[in-house]
Amino acid sequence: MFDNLSDKLQRVFKNLRGEGRLSAENMETALREIRVALLEADVNFRVVKQLIEAIKVKAMGEEVLAALSPSQQVIKIVKEELTKMLGSHESKLRFSNDPPTVMLIVGLQGSGKTTSTGKLARWLSKNGHSPLMVSVDVYRPAARDQLRIVARDLKLPVYEGAPGETQPIDLARSARREAAQSGRDVVLVDTAGRLHIDAALMTELGQLKELLSPVEILFVADAMTGQDAVKSAEEFHKQLGITGVILTKMDGDARGGAALSIRSVTGQPLKFVGVGEKSDALEPFYPERVASRILGMGDILSFIEKAEEAIDRKQAAEMQRKLIENEFTLEDFRDQLKQLRKLGPLESMLSMMPQVGIMKDLKNVKVDEKEITRVVAIIDSMTPRERDNHMIINGARRRRIAKGSGTSVQDVNQLLKQYTQARKMMKTFSGGFMGKKLGKLKLPLF
Amino acid sequence: MQTLFGSVEQEPSLLERLKRGVQKTRSGLVSKLEDALAGRKEIDADLLDELEATLIGADIGVATVNEILERIRQRVDRKLTGDAAEIRGLIREHLLEILQASDLPPALVDEPPAVVMVIGVNGSGKTTTIGKLARRYHNEGRSVLLCAADTFRAAAIEQLEIWGERTKTEVISQSPGSDPSAVLFNAVQAARARKMDYVIIDTAGRLQTKTNLMAELEKMRRTAAKVIPSAPHEVLLVLDAVTGQNGLEQARRFTETAGVTGIVLTKLDGTAKGGVVVAIARELNLPIRYVGVGEQADDLIPFDPEKFIASLFEGPGSEKSA
Ligand SMILES: Nc1nc2c(ncn2[C@@H]2O[C@H](COP(=O)(O)OP(=O)(O)OP(=O)(O)O)[C@@H](O)[C@H]2O)c(=O)[nH]1
Ligand SMILES: Nc1nc2c(ncn2[C@@H]2O[C@H](COP(=O)(O)OP(=O)(O)O)[C@@H](O)[C@H]2O)c(=O)[nH]1
Ligand SMILES: [Mg+2]
Ligand SMILES: [Mg+2]
Repeated sequence: MFDNLSDKLQRVFKNLRGEGRLSAENMETALREIRVALLEADVNFRVVKQLIEAIKVKAMGEEVLAALSPSQQVIKIVKEELTKMLGSHESKLRFSNDPPTVMLIVGLQGSGKTTSTGKLARWLSKNGHSPLMVSVDVYRPAARDQLRIVARDLKLPVYEGAPGETQPIDLARSARREAAQSGRDVVLVDTAGRLHIDAALMTELGQLKELLSPVEILFVADAMTGQDAVKSAEEFHKQLGITGVILTKMDGDARGGAALSIRSVTGQPLKFVGVGEKSDALEPFYPERVASRILGMGDILSFIEKAEEAIDRKQAAEMQRKLIENEFTLEDFRDQLKQLRKLGPLESMLSMMPQVGIMKDLKNVKVDEKEITRVVAIIDSMTPRERDNHMIINGARRRRIAKGSGTSVQDVNQLLKQYTQARKMMKTFSGGFMGKKLGKLKLPLF
Repeated sequence: MQTLFGSVEQEPSLLERLKRGVQKTRSGLVSKLEDALAGRKEIDADLLDELEATLIGADIGVATVNEILERIRQRVDRKLTGDAAEIRGLIREHLLEILQASDLPPALVDEPPAVVMVIGVNGSGKTTTIGKLARRYHNEGRSVLLCAADTFRAAAIEQLEIWGERTKTEVISQSPGSDPSAVLFNAVQAARARKMDYVIIDTAGRLQTKTNLMAELEKMRRTAAKVIPSAPHEVLLVLDAVTGQNGLEQARRFTETAGVTGIVLTKLDGTAKGGVVVAIARELNLPIRYVGVGEQADDLIPFDPEKFIASLFEGPGSEKSA
């Protein structure tokens, strides 16, 4: 397995301390890694170039947050840029004021048009519409049979065509008439797959558009598409004016960088993603999820956002200074634990993280909310002097503290050990809030 | 052209090919580069960038591209090397080495029928390729039987049957939803009983991440071997030329579970270059047997590495859009 971007960036920034700033120099390697990650995800290289520029501009001069390691901070910027580019939120289908609304389903051969037509029909009928499907694919063997069977399985109507009706234009015209007569409010037109450079077939789509005035022209694209995505999408858009994109086969492990490419050359919204061969395998498009996937990560952003909310920047900076100057006291330790608790149940936080790299080590970390409560109670039972200087806590004091906090001397001993370990470790790892050695300690620390 | 039954056209013998290969390597990258260095002409960073963009734009993949360019950079100080044409020539040479190294002929079949399984992800062009293969084998004077083992996708059986009519080839099928292995078993038995030369198995498209569907392919393989121990003789992975880096993962997984013996690269009549096959050849040593260049029965041609490489350097859809 490859390391994912976040592992790589962690390595890139391992020397950049918390007090630094993101600069041209320390960002250079990071940007290279980001570029590779995007290319490996099949984002078109020209689009990658644009993105890298945007990321560079945004990152430059940013103060390194204490709450996040520089690598996390950069990832956050990258993800925000990708999400922005993918479109800020999910889009809906549009309908004509003068029904039936016609939707034209177009795309390359084998991209998933017929399957998506069935999925849309099902989705529409579940949302209060009454769709009629029609296949105008008169070229591929058994293409119209395929849609007929899809419709039969869905128990939704399909216009099958009159005997001798073999022209796409005729089929489409009759289907619309049939929809109007039977009170169907949406006509879904499944078209034959075609290459964007096939002039004759592209002209045919133009004619269908002219005849039907479709409100939606949906371009169906395969998530596995590589660099060529920009060419086909651009050409379909130029010749037809597509109004939206459906990204299919997202149930596999393709990273789906084509989504960015298509979006960037057409500017049209991604509306749905296909996640399986069955008719119910259609989901709305969530830019953020797709951005994570392109970067090969889990939902790390929500995690980072939470961390940002929970941790006061000034306070964190102060903590950093203390660590470096060896002034990190038991009281600080307690404050850190309290902050940690603000992040919510740790298990669920960890489950947001992808199970790769450092997170693999973290899987073995026992996260015990009760233990945090116990540790906080122990520290609360100490005198301010004890909290300030743990060296003075002798046997007698330990017994008193145990009694005061309702714990045992062993618990107190263990806490003190953890604290000294944490101090040592955090000095080494200051700047990052998760270090490799964490597995040995029982608590994740900031 | 090597077929499962030996050569049909005049092709260099294996020995000749090996000899050629050795010469290629000797006169390969290093010596050419030395020549280039002796020339001491200018090469600028822009050229390398442009070449990188061309190769990445062809879906060769950033790792393979970096490896190629690194080999050049390593030996070449940017200030003193050959001209653009020369560098381009070196890259061509390197790509050719990768593709020819994996250019292995299919294993010969002692006794017909040769069992050919056609597999791949959804919509890559399997069924169409089978129609084209049937046409091709007929043209070589062979008898062919088709097997409709995609019992899952709507109208998949009808689609293959139409290809059967077009190419005058009999199709063995069962009803939709039946066990693909059962159809395969019948077809292979029928092919043997009737002394057919080829039986080609159409399979349902599947993403390589679906464990149960991948296990189904394994079962189909085992079923074929039950009838003819040496079967399947050829397992063709059909890859759409528009596929990006996921193609490598497809090749890995399908090879792991279904023992792919060769690749068919479809839809090369579009603007996509299909460069991911370079990464596949490099890692898995899989030969590319044919390329698909259209939707008609005759649109299947044997893979030609030199032409393929030349097309990587051509502009976007240059000759087609004209
Ligand atoms: N796994 C998966 N398969 C899909 C998805 N969408 C479509 N498919 C499969 O992809 C293949 C091609 O789908 P079709 O719907 O026939 O594609 P098309 O674009 O109509 O193809 P042509 O009409 O031949 O151009 C079929 O095997 C479908 O089952 C998806 O979201 N996930
Ligand atoms: N342009 C072009 N289209 C192809 C080629 N091979 C297959 N197709 C088309 O791709 C689509 C999917 O092909 P099909 O054989 O049904 O794929 P399968 O699902 O893998 O069996 C169909 O529309 C075919 O006509 C090719 O070489 N060039
Ligand atoms: Mg279709
Ligand atoms: Mg098929």
